[in-house]
Amino acid sequence: MPARNWIFAVAVALFLSLSTFSSAQDLQIVNAERRIDLSSHIVKAFLTLKVENIGKDPAADMLLAFPPTQIKNLAMVQALAVTGKKKKKTYLPLDVKPSEQPDAPNDAGYFLVSFATPLGPGEAVTLEVLYILTHSLEPFPVEITQSESQLVYYRDSAVVLSPYRIKQQTTFFKTPSTRVESFTSVEPANRAGKEIKYGAYEDRVPYSYAPVIVHFENNSPFAVVEELVREIEISHWGSLQITENYRLTHGGARHKGVFSRVEYQSRRSISGSSSFNALLAVLPPRVNSVYYRDNIGNISTSHLRTGFKKSELEFEPRYPLFGGWKATFIIGYRVPLEDYLFEAPDGRRYLNFTFGCPLVETIVNKLTLKVVLPEGSKDPSAVLPFAVNQDLQVKYSYLDIVGRTVVVLQKDNVVPTHNVPFQVYYTFKPIYMLAEPLMLVSAFFFVFVTSLAYVHIDLNIVKK
Amino acid sequence: MGGKQDPTANGSPKSESMGAKKASPDLLNSSFSFKSLKLKTKQQELLLRVSILGLVYVLAFIARLFSVLRYESMIHEFDPYFNYRTTLYLTEKGFYEFWNWFDSESWYPLGRIIGGTLYPGLMVTAALIYWTLRFLRFFVHIREVCVLTAPFFASNTTIVAYFFGKEIWDTGAGLVAAALIAICPGYISRSVAGSYDNEAVAIFALLLTFYLFVKAVKTGSLSWALGSAFGYFYMVSAWGGYVFIINLVPLYVLVLLITGRYSMRLYVAYNCMYILGMLLAMQIRFVGFQHVQSGEHMGAMGVFLLMQVFYFLDWVKYQLNDTKLFQTFLRITVTSAILVGGIALGVGTASGYISPWTGRFYSLLDPTYAKDHIPIIASVSEHQPTAWSSFMFDYHILLFLFPAGLYFCFKRLSDATIFIVMYGLTSLYFAGVMVRLILVATPAVCLISAIAVSATVKNLTSLLRTKQKVPQTGSTKGVGSSKSSSKVTLDQSQPFQKNGAIALLVGVFYLLSRYAIHCTWVTSEAYSSPSIVLAARGAHGNRIIFDDYREAYYWLRQNTPTDAKVMSWWDYGYQITAMGNRTVIVDNNTWNNTHIATVGRAMSSYEDEAYDIMRSLDVNYVLVVFGGVTGYSSDDINKFLWMVRIGGGVYPVIKEPDYLVNGEFRVDKGASPKMLNCLMYKLCYYRFGELVTEYGKPTGYDRARGVEIGNKDIKLEHLEEAYTTSNWIVRIYRVKPPTNRL
Repeated sequence: MPARNWIFAVAVALFLSLSTFSSAQDLQIVNAERRIDLSSHIVKAFLTLKVENIGKDPAADMLLAFPPTQIKNLAMVQALAVTGKKKKKTYLPLDVKPSEQPDAPNDAGYFLVSFATPLGPGEAVTLEVLYILTHSLEPFPVEITQSESQLVYYRDSAVVLSPYRIKQQTTFFKTPSTRVESFTSVEPANRAGKEIKYGAYEDRVPYSYAPVIVHFENNSPFAVVEELVREIEISHWGSLQITENYRLTHGGARHKGVFSRVEYQSRRSISGSSSFNALLAVLPPRVNSVYYRDNIGNISTSHLRTGFKKSELEFEPRYPLFGGWKATFIIGYRVPLEDYLFEAPDGRRYLNFTFGCPLVETIVNKLTLKVVLPEGSKDPSAVLPFAVNQDLQVKYSYLDIVGRTVVVLQKDNVVPTHNVPFQVYYTFKPIYMLAEPLMLVSAFFFVFVTSLAYVHIDLNIVKK
Repeated sequence: MGGKQDPTANGSPKSESMGAKKASPDLLNSSFSFKSLKLKTKQQELLLRVSILGLVYVLAFIARLFSVLRYESMIHEFDPYFNYRTTLYLTEKGFYEFWNWFDSESWYPLGRIIGGTLYPGLMVTAALIYWTLRFLRFFVHIREVCVLTAPFFASNTTIVAYFFGKEIWDTGAGLVAAALIAICPGYISRSVAGSYDNEAVAIFALLLTFYLFVKAVKTGSLSWALGSAFGYFYMVSAWGGYVFIINLVPLYVLVLLITGRYSMRLYVAYNCMYILGMLLAMQIRFVGFQHVQSGEHMGAMGVFLLMQVFYFLDWVKYQLNDTKLFQTFLRITVTSAILVGGIALGVGTASGYISPWTGRFYSLLDPTYAKDHIPIIASVSEHQPTAWSSFMFDYHILLFLFPAGLYFCFKRLSDATIFIVMYGLTSLYFAGVMVRLILVATPAVCLISAIAVSATVKNLTSLLRTKQKVPQTGSTKGVGSSKSSSKVTLDQSQPFQKNGAIALLVGVFYLLSRYAIHCTWVTSEAYSSPSIVLAARGAHGNRIIFDDYREAYYWLRQNTPTDAKVMSWWDYGYQITAMGNRTVIVDNNTWNNTHIATVGRAMSSYEDEAYDIMRSLDVNYVLVVFGGVTGYSSDDINKFLWMVRIGGGVYPVIKEPDYLVNGEFRVDKGASPKMLNCLMYKLCYYRFGELVTEYGKPTGYDRARGVEIGNKDIKLEHLEEAYTTSNWIVRIYRVKPPTNRL
């Protein structure tokens, strides 16, 4: 398998480097430095680009290109424009959105970065780009035993894929430990401690590509949430109830053969080093009524620390997770309403809550976030800083007659950087709050009246 | 039918005894107007009675919530997991799917026709409660409904006990009976929150049927008899213990016939109840035509026919005025009836139309039967004969009040008291035969004890009250003229009697409060453990939770192929299918002894022999329960001899003496070689020899049995360790595929 991929990658590279790409030749990258952090299973790449306009017209935006193998695992791309000198640097977030290019060679994917101000001829700007890749570390060997440590492949290019000419560039790979089995050598390339350096390479034509493979040890927890359903239920009586359904799996090298408890508990450092059994969830401050359970009952191994800025829930699944093992569980908690529900100037109410997954260092393959509005709410709309699928549903809860409107937000491939606030706006008349208490009151009233009537009415046909 | 007079006569002293303070202002106000006061007392009495009943109702419910508070809202033990699983299926798939459910996840490769082999009463009840709540817009989880079904029905039982007590004695006895049964440990043991078992609703149905039947006998009304038939139907749908009703009721009728208490009321009540009850019971598939085909139900039919003969003779006697002719006719009829009945029974039994008594029935009549013939029944701890201590534990003062109550019953013999006496005595006998049947005896014991308490307290208080009034107003106050006349003779030894009465009353209340304390203690300490989660006290007094069962079951559920077959001893079958969601070879529904014996044989054979058996059963995983690390004593090693016995019962190659040394069961160095190398031993102690379990003890020290194990170097050839829980309580092994033979 790797060998075939390798040949394919080389072919792609050759093709890409030969093909000439006419558009957007007005820009060139003077200097590119890329640092790729491979220490966890979420691959973070920091790309510093110095872009110069060598054309005659001002350029409003530039393209970032990604090879097709990466584009499907790309969880997030952010760009910042850097202005100022060393000490007084200021960062300005730039608008990044995916873009389609009709003549993209070999299915390369693009993101369009719009400059804050169009780049005039001869001007240069420094950009900081962060992009995050998921599922990009491929375990090899695919199956390991309990005592083996986990080795993974990471595939990338030694040079930055770009539709522009790059005059000078370097790439650094940071591995979690000093144990690196092998790495492809593209001269000049060398390794020092936990860092592998490729470059510097001078003057590469657009769409240069030099595939490399790094094979290294990575025993960080490969905690992948295959599916997460978060339900936020708003009660205007004073609280938000959040219920999170997790389907967690260990996404690393699959466990093979026996699981020996004796070895696991006595030689923890070498036995089961790639497994994990402790997880950390960062919950909002002032959280209360926290529970942690699964389909068959409560799980007693959890610990909650509440704080002013955040609360931390440390918990363990019922069993340690080895490669390929799964665990499903539910976390639920309640937070006070006044911290998250506000009234907009136009009279509408809005919920301001955090998107994403509260577990640290986890990838969520599919996140469904349901905001259950109180019964009688109207005109819901959600505001998010990135694109998600939106949908509306109806849910019936305690004493509901018409049902509650549910705003469903769905997004794939979610990483911790997606934990940003989002808002859901809706209109609600406070009179609806009284509907349920009144129903209960009238029900009890009815019961008492009937019992009163029953006691007083004589149903006997024959008078005694 | 002296009901007209009773309530007024009984009611007012009762209200005094339960709340003496409230009644006394009444007596002071009595000078205002006689008529309004009387009504007021009656209302007050009603209010008091209703509020006491209400409190008892609530008490019965909350006393059973200890397990939820101590642990969590969860299903307990073994059988309830099956009931929960089927209820879940019923609520998800609907009634018809449930009725036709063929469960391929149990008894692999045989499967089980669930609809035809269970008593659906419990599941249908829970599902109906669930659907009602959902209809009322209470979106509860079905698990909560299941967990709280038992306490809810226990509360309902107290109400039935009240009416029953009222029927056989008076309202006072009814209230006391309700209070006693609400907290009686014998009943609580089977009805705490989470103990979602058939008995939870069955005791309610049992008492309801009896109450309605007694009421029907008392009134001779068709409607009560009809009610009792429906009560019986509910009981049949809920629990196999209905056999007790269908034998006790005819026995009672027979006793009434013999003692010359035959009446038209009895005729109506029994015939209606029997015929309708039988027809209704046939609708339950698991019971089917047993009412006309099984030996256990023949008594009821015999009594039914006997009643017809009785009625016929009565009619003939009425028609014939000649006594001599009637005598002859009687002789001929009775002889021929008995003859015909005997021949029918003989032919039926010989032709196999009427099945003989089952082993379970035999073992009830003869406590030693199961031990010799059916090891699978004898192996269950709740089928053991009852120890005296557990009677004391479950009944406490009721054990002493019971004979006193019997005395009162005999003193005021009526159709109803005869019934309760018979119910009490027969059920107490069965309770002595099997531990679990203490449950059936509990309502009777409570009712009869309640009569003792109520009658005693009433006598004492009336004694005290007449004392106070005799000097004041003389005999104009209406306490009951019949009583005051009898008191006159007693009035001679006044000072001693008054003090004695007070002392006795204090004694009674002391005893009753001890009872309440005992019940609370027993409930919280002994009967509220779910037995899935084990709790222990740590060295610093902190509570340690061993949640290994669920850890293992959840591991099975998540990390094994969905079609994996798990072999374990039958105790864990229901739990594995319910929590682990995997197919099991045998489970707690012990309908196929051979299949269980096969598993027992595999567990007690050498590994390669066991491997062949496991291959033939398609087993992928083997699960054993092992308490050597934690000192948990009800593990598979301690159950092992039963596996040997049950296995040996079908496969004579397994011999019990092979596993014993001089008649002693050991696991240490002195154990028999067969024991040290059988599959169960290997699976439990695999790599246990490397572990230090207790400070200052050698490696491989088994804390459950307190010995160092005899075989520390265990090699497994055909199995491999797949998972062991954190406290080693559950160990799961994977059966390797056969190696290629080239």
